[in-house]
Amino acid sequence: MKLPLQLWIGFGLFAFFVLAVLLSFFWTPFDVTVLDISEKLLPPSSRHLLGTDHFGRDMLSMLMVGARTSIAVAIIAVGIGVAAGVPLGLLAAANRGSLLDEIIMRGNDLVFAFPSLVIAILITAVFGPSAVNAILAIGIFNIPVFARVTRGAALSLWTLDYIMAARVAGKRALRISLEHILPNIANVLIVQGTIQFSLGILAEAGLSYVGLGAQPPTPSWGRMLADAQTMIYTTPRLAILPGLAIVLAVLGLNLMGDGLRDFLDPRLRRARQ
Amino acid sequence: MIEIHDLTLDIHGTGILHDVSLTIGAAEVFGLVGESGSGKSMTALAMMRLLPEGARASGQILLNDTNLLALSEAEMCDLRGREIGMIFQEPMTALNPVRTIGDQVAETLLVHGRASRKEALVIAAEKLARVGLPPEDVPLDRYPHELSGGQRQRVSIALAIALRPRLLIADEPTTALDVTTQAQILALLKGLVAEEGMSLLLITHDLAVVAGMADHVAVMQNGKIVEQAPTEQLFTQMKQPYTRQLFEASHHQPDRRVTARSEPLLSVENAQRNYRLPGISLFGKTPVFQAVKDVSFTICKGESLGLVGESGCGKSTLSRAILGLEPLQGGRIVMDGKEVQAGVHMPAELRRKMQVVFQDPYGSFDPRWKVSDLIGEPFHLLEAPPQNREERICEALENVGMPIDCGDRYIHEFSGGQRQRIAIARALVLHPELVILDEAVSALDVSIRAQILDLLADLQARLDLAYLFISHDLNVVKAITDRVLVMKAGEIVEAGTTQQVFDAPQHPYTRTLLKAAPQIPRAWRKEHHA
Repeated sequence: MKLPLQLWIGFGLFAFFVLAVLLSFFWTPFDVTVLDISEKLLPPSSRHLLGTDHFGRDMLSMLMVGARTSIAVAIIAVGIGVAAGVPLGLLAAANRGSLLDEIIMRGNDLVFAFPSLVIAILITAVFGPSAVNAILAIGIFNIPVFARVTRGAALSLWTLDYIMAARVAGKRALRISLEHILPNIANVLIVQGTIQFSLGILAEAGLSYVGLGAQPPTPSWGRMLADAQTMIYTTPRLAILPGLAIVLAVLGLNLMGDGLRDFLDPRLRRARQ
Repeated sequence: MIEIHDLTLDIHGTGILHDVSLTIGAAEVFGLVGESGSGKSMTALAMMRLLPEGARASGQILLNDTNLLALSEAEMCDLRGREIGMIFQEPMTALNPVRTIGDQVAETLLVHGRASRKEALVIAAEKLARVGLPPEDVPLDRYPHELSGGQRQRVSIALAIALRPRLLIADEPTTALDVTTQAQILALLKGLVAEEGMSLLLITHDLAVVAGMADHVAVMQNGKIVEQAPTEQLFTQMKQPYTRQLFEASHHQPDRRVTARSEPLLSVENAQRNYRLPGISLFGKTPVFQAVKDVSFTICKGESLGLVGESGCGKSTLSRAILGLEPLQGGRIVMDGKEVQAGVHMPAELRRKMQVVFQDPYGSFDPRWKVSDLIGEPFHLLEAPPQNREERICEALENVGMPIDCGDRYIHEFSGGQRQRIAIARALVLHPELVILDEAVSALDVSIRAQILDLLADLQARLDLAYLFISHDLNVVKAITDRVLVMKAGEIVEAGTTQQVFDAPQHPYTRTLLKAAPQIPRAWRKEHHA
């Protein structure tokens, strides 16, 4: 079967970053915690492929380790969203029209009503800035997104005859949700997952940029940007490189999400065959 | 008036139509009959030049000596609606839901530059009155969702005839409608042909409909016209075996052995089912819709009971209550001596005794499950999965005449008729005593329907089943049931043996229903059977 081109490009970009992260656990060109002022602000060379920053740290190594923070924060934040949001959405759909449904959905509205970054700042301001708090802050805002998407997709399935057949077979709502509903809405969730993943990377970069994310010496793309801000006219490379990394990672994930949506939609798949 | 010569059509290289030739005369009703996939709709779309992407047509479609296949798209746009109008099957989706009906009818006139906006609305009002929607009853500023299915189909017709086209194409115009509404719409179309002098191409799967409507009939199969003749000649002669086969299938009487005994199996006693309506006021009483009002009846062991009624009469609601999926607000349902409880309170051994087959062969199965798992799903009602699970699934497949090796395949690999067999297999796997067939053959082509009816009759005799056969199709109910209940607006208005009800209907509603159902004239049928 032919995969859509954008899925290939998106997947390629994403795989590139994941490989960089995996590699960074075993090897980076230089140690990112060692400062060497004598080597500061070197242009790209064979020794430092992407040059060095104002503390003499190797930019390539920084980007590799920074990707670790970005991707870890985004994965766990999406995980929180899926782990709490999907069951809530399934529960609401199974009890559609009931008080429970109303409570869950209005609870979602409540979370939606606050600007996410402001709450993230509040959480980090109260509990102190750290990668863990950034994850929590971003993760909480993923919950209503997944709850809504799940409920919407599940509701349309609950009216189908095969769900009725499962009910005639004496299956309860929980079992029907797991056996019939969840597998049939998985494609929607996967697509939403990749989109939330890219939003998570952006949010982490945003929080780190304002100093509420990962703390030094852990490198992060957002903080590299913030640090480079003052040198943007003298050494634009320091800002461009992490910026480019964020753009490419987000672009890759969005392309992958779009491609997956087209690929997993059975109606579109039939058209391709 | 319009002539098609050797129309051949393929889509992405797959042959769809082969050398289709037909001639429709002025002020004539031409019936085009065939089963799904026979190419009848494609012929109509070719005439409108509204073919799907990748379609290549050759041959000639002559409308007053102009070959439509040679016209440019701009010329076709001018012609569509003005010379040829079209009505579609689904009145729900054929109208734009966010525009008023007056606007939509007037639009055709505006597009063709035939009138100013003001004049167009006046003409729209006239046309809507002509199709039976006078502005004093149905104002022009109504939206489609405020109308019933039949009224919507009338709006579609008004739209199609707004410019007085010379040819009107009606593609299954009454398939989605109830019998009484169908009779009204067909009468309207017939009247339009007579009064406005336009020709009508009536596409349908129902031989009885064309018998009552058409001057000329063509029968299509696999993209070819197998037989065409003036209607009476076609029905009395039936030169082609396929025509005869279609005709016989539409009147198919399965061989039935009476298996009904006098022991009651299921009894429904004064059942009531109410729905809360939306639009609640905070303190006022919630408005309630009574879907089932005080219904009582009994099904005996081995009996086949028909439940007839038009859409919205409460027959499906009743079936859900019997299956213990929805609670009753009054009365009770007793199955084999035990009372049916809705939801999780219903004991599994009671649920095991009744199973159901639904109408839509496409929506009845989880697309991600294998056939053997789908059929085995009711095993959930047993304490533990049976030791001989595979064997029992094979037995169920054999019972419905499916090869036993299809258990490893997915449902999308099967046709509609095969899926319905699999649905029956799923219903039989637990050896139930009662099977509820909710419009179980309504979505099938006549020849497939005949096979499924045979299968159901055979299964009933072999497995000692009782059926509750819910349908709007009187012919089918007549063929497969011992007794019939006629339901209207949540009440049972007539009950009796099938023969009694069909031969000597007592209630006026039953009489209306029977009269509205299209029939092939008796004289034509006799000659053929002789």
